[in-house]
Amino acid sequence: MTVAIIDYGSGNLRSASKAFERAARDIGYAGAVVVTADPDVVARADRIVLPGVGAFADCRRGLGAVSGMTEALTDAVLGRGRPFFGICVGQQLMAGRGLEKETTEGLGWIPGDVTLLRPSDPALKVPHMGWNTIDLTDAGAAHPVLAELSTGETGLHAYFVHSYHLAAVDPAHVLARADYGGPVTAIVGRDTMIGTQFHPEKSQRLGLGLIANFLAWAP
Amino acid sequence: MLKARVIPCLDVKDGRVVKGVNFVDLRDAGDPVEAAGAYDAAGADELCFLDITASHEARGTLIDVVERTAALCFMPVTVGGGVRTVEDIRTLLLAGADKVSINSAAVNDRSFVGRAADKFGDQCIVVSIDAKRVSGAGEAPRWEIFTHGGRKATGIDAVDFARDVVRLGAGELLVTSMDRDGTKSGFDIALTRTIADAVHVPVIASGGVGTLDHLVEGVRDGHATAVLAASIFHFGTFSIPEAKAHMAAAGIPVRLDEAGELGAA
Repeated sequence: MTVAIIDYGSGNLRSASKAFERAARDIGYAGAVVVTADPDVVARADRIVLPGVGAFADCRRGLGAVSGMTEALTDAVLGRGRPFFGICVGQQLMAGRGLEKETTEGLGWIPGDVTLLRPSDPALKVPHMGWNTIDLTDAGAAHPVLAELSTGETGLHAYFVHSYHLAAVDPAHVLARADYGGPVTAIVGRDTMIGTQFHPEKSQRLGLGLIANFLAWAP
Repeated sequence: MLKARVIPCLDVKDGRVVKGVNFVDLRDAGDPVEAAGAYDAAGADELCFLDITASHEARGTLIDVVERTAALCFMPVTVGGGVRTVEDIRTLLLAGADKVSINSAAVNDRSFVGRAADKFGDQCIVVSIDAKRVSGAGEAPRWEIFTHGGRKATGIDAVDFARDVVRLGAGELLVTSMDRDGTKSGFDIALTRTIADAVHVPVIASGGVGTLDHLVEGVRDGHATAVLAASIFHFGTFSIPEAKAHMAAAGIPVRLDEAGELGAA
């Protein structure tokens, strides 16, 4: 069994791979965690992780620049239902379009645009940077990857650092939100895919718990 | 609700912690990775490594520190000190840093901030501003950027500089009062607040923390979204949980996730 973390020149791959290795050890997951830029490895992987740091358009171009990667990813996730985990901009890339700096087509898996945060309180800074709690939606509360996580106002915190978020057209695709002068999309998902705006690899217990649930997920 | 962050800063020279770290359970107080693990377990919200290694050749030791920390601590790490090129940033991010702090290189050439932000995203570019008050008593307050540990004036207005680097793409500002640094007399609140109110990005208050009330003042009065301190934590004057409990009691929202089993394993 293999968990493939896609290397397309974006993202803190070392932190992501260390967190997946740690969560895998914690739950006795027998698979290997590999960081790869090879579409064949992604095609054969049992689980796929798409990290991403930086601007949407740069990340989309970076992914597109790896020959055969978008096709391998789409076939594995949409065609064959391999569990998928998008992190930060990797989650945003699941959207139809990104509106950061320029309009860019996303993967189109979660209909909606990636739009600038506009907190209702002008004193709130953008980027939304730091630790926030998350509230599960009804769809999130029923989701196996989010089972038994400590969420809500008194729950554990997740580490966010972003100025844009995925405004999903279908509310059923939103599994969790944070509050930052209004609702901020924290987790999206459908079918065998899930994505977090926050960084699970930097979110201590909440993040490792989420990764462990993802590794154990058999959708 | 977003919480105010408490950030301990470790000065690292040639791969070793310079100022002492006085925790009871450390095997090697000079090992930055072990200190990082202890802060992680104590509930620090972020870690900052400031590299004060003099020679460029010894930079590799810092990369090793960042790599080992990323394997152990699942929390955000900022690295500063001697970040001068896009390649420096790439190396640190690949080693596991989440953000880099740029200081002199931004003062010498502001366009570097723009190039760095375009390449890696605003969210990982912190500009570190070392400022000293230059206005006299009775004058409207004015601060200038100083370099070389506060010894060299640049003539650059700190608030103008702050606005400018944010326009260029800085995602966060680390504002250090060189008048207060090391004095334990508290942040320069007027400086912190003036800059925090002038920019739309988060500001980290730094320089001068001696008591837990100072941390409260940085957020409540200085409008900072994070507070950074070194010696009060390193020397065990106060622990991270004590700092957070004090801030919470003063009405400042802080993250109080119970310390887990994820610390120095």
